[in-house]
This record gives sequence, structure tokens and C-alpha cells, in this order.
Amino acid sequence: MGQRQRLLWLEIGVVVGTALALVFVIPPILVGLGQGFRVNLLGRFLALAIAGLAIDLIWGYTGLLSLGHGVFFGLGGYALAMHLKLQFPPDTQVRLPSFMPLYGVTELPWLWRPFFSFPFTLVAIILVPALLGALIGYLIFRNRIRGVYFSILTQALTIIFFNFFNGQQKLLNGTNGLTDFQTIFGYRVSDPQTQGVFYGLTVLALAASYGLCRWLTSGRFGCLLVAIRDDEPRVRMLGYNPTVVKVFVFAISAALAGLAGALYTPQTGIISPRVMDIAFSIEMVIWVAVGGRASLVGAVVGTLVVNFAKSLLSESFPQVWLFFLGGLFLAVVLLLPEGIVGWLRTTGWEWWQKTTGQRRLSTYPKLELEMDADYEHLGDQRPNG
Amino acid sequence: MEFLDALVNGIATGAVLLLAALGLAITFGLMGVINMAQGELMMLGAYTTFVIQQGLRGWEGYVLVALVGAFVVTALFGLALERAVIRFLYDRPLETLLATWGVSLILQQLVRSVNWALVAGVGVFALLFWGALGVLRWQRRCLPVWGRGLLAALAAGIGLTTIALVSQRLGLAARKPWFGAQNVDVTAPAWLRTGWRLTETLQIPYTRLFILGLAVVCLLGMGLFLYRSPWGLRIRAVTQNRAMSACLGINTDAVDALTFALGSGLAGIAGCGVSFLGSVGPNTGQNYIVDMFMVVVLGGVGNLWGTVLAALGIGTLNYLLGSGKLAAWVQPVPGLADFLGFFSTTSMAKVLLFILIVAFLQYRPAGLFPQKGRMVES
Repeated sequence: MGQRQRLLWLEIGVVVGTALALVFVIPPILVGLGQGFRVNLLGRFLALAIAGLAIDLIWGYTGLLSLGHGVFFGLGGYALAMHLKLQFPPDTQVRLPSFMPLYGVTELPWLWRPFFSFPFTLVAIILVPALLGALIGYLIFRNRIRGVYFSILTQALTIIFFNFFNGQQKLLNGTNGLTDFQTIFGYRVSDPQTQGVFYGLTVLALAASYGLCRWLTSGRFGCLLVAIRDDEPRVRMLGYNPTVVKVFVFAISAALAGLAGALYTPQTGIISPRVMDIAFSIEMVIWVAVGGRASLVGAVVGTLVVNFAKSLLSESFPQVWLFFLGGLFLAVVLLLPEGIVGWLRTTGWEWWQKTTGQRRLSTYPKLELEMDADYEHLGDQRPNG
Repeated sequence: MEFLDALVNGIATGAVLLLAALGLAITFGLMGVINMAQGELMMLGAYTTFVIQQGLRGWEGYVLVALVGAFVVTALFGLALERAVIRFLYDRPLETLLATWGVSLILQQLVRSVNWALVAGVGVFALLFWGALGVLRWQRRCLPVWGRGLLAALAAGIGLTTIALVSQRLGLAARKPWFGAQNVDVTAPAWLRTGWRLTETLQIPYTRLFILGLAVVCLLGMGLFLYRSPWGLRIRAVTQNRAMSACLGINTDAVDALTFALGSGLAGIAGCGVSFLGSVGPNTGQNYIVDMFMVVVLGGVGNLWGTVLAALGIGTLNYLLGSGKLAAWVQPVPGLADFLGFFSTTSMAKVLLFILIVAFLQYRPAGLFPQKGRMVES
């Protein structure tokens, strides 16, 4: 067994172990400490971590800074929320979501009808954001619009969807969003047991997303992504078509964000156009920046750290949280440009070796001797998008 | 007649956009810096106008003082921002975006909660931290990173203590926020409050004309500065090739600082103009930021004419779509009229406008007037 394979098994072991610990060990401990509500919070943040992975995939590895992932997140969330709103007890006369009669709607709009079916909803959660991502990505990348312009266009996309969902009072309850979910498969959504199932599903989905991203970013495809990030014209001149790769990876990333939204919604109990606000999309980016770009663990760790800090700080100092958030943006960009994991990998690791006295000469891997050298570490020294 | 009405209103909407986007055309168009805090700089200008108006209560000519004041305040703030944050990020545009977003969040919260205690605390911190660094530099010594961190922590501690002490000693007077979270109203002077009656039905408010005039003056001033002054020459040189300009003896650091301060100052003037249109609040900047960027992207980067055309075009189209005028005009074509009618609210007009902009960028990816060059990228 080569070293690479051993490392792979080690990684799989760590991921499975962490997932098992998250499901079976941490909730009882939190409940035992009298912090039971934090389990729900953890579940939500784990769902957000999937969105963090999505951002890392396209920003950290491919160098596309999307400020529109709130839209994909929201689309996934709305898809599941619509299914949940269509759960009626069998004896009801008016088979309409509760807010619709208030606006004088008497017949279920066609947009809602397919969401009666659970399989359709499941497909829609993944496919709707992916298709939108692919379409937008195709239109943008086809003309080699990139870098900053891509960010600005995706940001405009969030504004558009925010306006659209805000304006549709009759169709989607406008600003208030969809809330007050009743049942799913006959179980009450707000029951602790159902929430527990959602928590477990979130952990499972996070592990699966991590696996998917890990698989995509290692190997040839991953190298191609990093190459596009670092020098796209050269990739094009080498005979690849970066547009296809970028559209594909943007669609995958959008699908992951949709999945995250669908898992987040039932655990929070509400989905509203606020998730399509620019602020939320930019916050997603900062989770990844804090954790460390171009490292998948960093995306997960960053999401959890920032969100727990946010919930703790905004509980105790609701007024100054914005100061802290702004300061965090500044500090990460200026002082810790590679994030927590990036710092640990480079400066922190050197420091550790120096203090323990086992410092070795660090050289680039020799291409002749190590055919499968880990290029990830070389690539992410200066991710500049 | 209806056409004239639409044109006038559209241009009035576009003028606001143009005035707001001019500053961005400098910082983003020329320097390539994405300043997400541009909207907040506008807000700063608007609040400056409010303060000056309160100070010169009763004097109608305060507008001129306010214009100068807004320009100076935001330009100074922009200068400080460039020196403290942005100069470290010139080769990392996407990270500038994150950093300036942080600045914009801080500014939004700042105008909500600024009071005497906070000002005293921040002042003490700035004096201690930068004062100490300045003294050390004067002595030709340099602190290591951990030393700077320690200094910052120490200064922050003393600053926080100052806040606590001041708010305790002076009581309510120090703790009361200056503006609070509510919006404040700038009352326009009497000579701006009426309108110019063009026809029986059409009246243009003087505030709109004022903003249009302001936009024209700023545009002319900027054009003269960029194309007729030595500093303008330097700015354009640095824009085209930074390394070469530095080799030819241009102080690129100074040019960067000046350009950014100028762009920020223009945002301040825009804020002053916008403050006459409606109330001013902590979120004022957020309403403009995306529109401003769309104007610059559509116009083509680093091109004043593009900015002008894009602003007026977006403004006119936005008005035509949003007010349902366009839908009314195409009434004979039933399908098209229904389609346009669906988009005839202010927010839905933006949706259609965005689709149109993306469609246009398919045709001309680099905007209306792309920069000519022979780069691999283009």
C-alpha cells in the first residue's frame, strides 16, 4: 500500500469517525450540559457548512468568487419549504398553503403543483439550483467574463432574486417567507425526534458532500480547477476548454448550496428572501476565508467557527456584532490571508517543527521521483482568483 | 408629449445614478479596486450634509458649504481607508471586496451607534497606536509583528476603558447616539423645493435638476482633471502600466492615494445630492451599490463616456419599465404588452434590466466602450 493510499484511508477514517461522533457523541454531551438547544444550532451550522464547501469548491479551487450563492441556497430551501407547506391533513377542504387565502388566491398556482410529490421535491432541490447555475455560468463564462466582473454579476443576481421573491406576495408570501411547517410523512416537523432525523441527515449529507468535493478536487480534474484559477489563458492554450469545466463546477457548487438550503430550512423553521440578501452571500465567503481557502476542512471549520462566534456574540452584545463581523473581514484579509487551516499548514506547521526540533529542509517535490506529489500544497500558496 | 415626460424623468433617474457611479468609475474603473464601501461613503456624505444643515440652521446657502464639506470629509476618510487597508491589497482585487465589505458593515453600525464616548475611545486608540508607530518610525525603528499586535491590544484596551469611563462620568450626554438607527431628514432649501413647470402636466422638481447639474459639473471637473492636469496624466499612466510608470519616476503610492481620495470625495458629493431626494439612513448606501457597479460594468471600465451613457440608459430604461410606460406604448402588441406589464414595478423592472444587461454583455463582453489593448485576456 503506497503512502498516498494510506493517507486516503486515514482521511476516510477521520471523516467517518467525525460524522459518527457528531451523530452519537456530541448531542448527548450537549444535552447533558443543559445546552440542548445548541444541538439544533449545530445542525443548522452543519447545513451551512455544505454551502461553505460549495463556495470553497468554486472560490478556493477554481478562483471564481460567487456572491450569488444565497440564491441557490434559497432555491433549495424554498423547494423543500413548498413541499412542507403542501402537507394537509386528509380531511381539509381548502387545500392551499395557509397564507394564500389571505391574499385572495383560490386555486393552487401551477408552480406549486409538482411539489406535492416528494421525489420531485428531492430532485428539484438539487436540479433547480444546478440548472440555474449552469445557465448563468454558461452565459457569463462563454464570453470569458471573469474575476471581478463575475462577482459583480452574481451579486446582481442576488438582488434580482431578492426583489423577485420579495415581490411575489400571492405566490410565495413575499417578505415574510414560508414558515409554520406542519408535518412531513405524517410526522410533526418541530418534534425533537424529527429534528433529530434532520440532524442526522445533515451530518450524512455533509460527509457525502465532503467526499464529493474531495473526489472532484483531487486528481486530474482538481489540477485542472487549480490551473484555471492560477492561469486560465494558459489552460485554454494547452487545449482545454475552461468554459465547460467552469460551468460544470459552478453547477455542482450551486447544487450543493441548494442541498444546504433544503437542510437548513426545516431546522430553522423558516425560509424568507433574506437568505438572498447580498449580506448572506458575502458572509458565506467569509466563512471559507476564515477557515482557509482551497482546503475543504477549512471551509467546514470556518463555517462552524464563524457561526458559533456569531450566535454567541450576538446573544451577549447584539449591538456590537456588526463591528466584530466587519473587523473579522478586515482581520482575515489583512492578517490571516490563508485562513486558520492555511496558517496551520504553513506558518503553524513550521513553528511546530521548530519548537519540537525536528525541522527538515522543505523542498519542492521532485517530479521524477514522486509522480503523484500532492500539488494542492504547491497550488494554494497564492490563490488570487 | 408623453415621450418628453418619459425622457425627462428617465434622465433625472439616470442623473442620480451617474452622480453615484462617478466615484466608482474612478476607483473601480481606473484603479481596479472594488470598493464595496462606496455606498457607505455616499452615506457619510449625506450625513455630513445633515450635520452642516443642522449647524447652519436657517441659512439657505448651506448647500454649497455642505457640498464642499461632504467632499472633504469623505475624501479624507477615503485617504485614511486607502492608507490603512487598500494599499496592501492592490494585487488582490477579490480580497479588496471582502475587506471593504467589512468596512461598510463597520460604517453602517457606526452611524447607528456613534456617540461621544465612542469617539473618545476610538480617538484614544488611534492616538496611542498610530502615534506610537509614528514615533518609532521617526526613531528609525521597526516593531516585529507580535510587538505590533501587543501594541494594538494595549491601545484597544485603553480605548475600551476610555469608552467605559467617559460614558460613566458624563452619563447620558456621552451615551446618547448622535443619529440613532432611524433615518434622518435633510430638508432641501426653499429654492430647491419647487419645480420647473415644463407643460401643463409635466413638472420637474428642482432637486432633480440640481442633481443633474451636479453630475455635469463633477463630470466636467473630472474630465479636466484627468485629461488636462499633470496629476491626471500620472493617474492615467499608472492605470495603464503601473510598473512602467514607477520606473519612469512617478510616485505610484501618491497617485493611488490621490485617486482613491478623489473617488471617495465624489461619493461624498453624490451622497450630498441624494440626501435632498429622501431621508438618509444607515442603509442608504446599500440601495445604490449594485446599480453603481452595473453602470460601470455596462459602460466599460475606465471610460467616462461609457459611464455617462450607461447611467442614463439604465436610468431611462428603469423608469420606462418600472412606471409601465413602455407596456402602455406597446399596447397594440398583446403578448409583449402583457410581458412588459408583468415587470412594471420598481423591483421587477430591475429583474428585466438585469436580464437585458446580461444579454448585452453576450454581445459586448467588455461593456459599451472596451479598453483597447493587445492583452491575452481580452
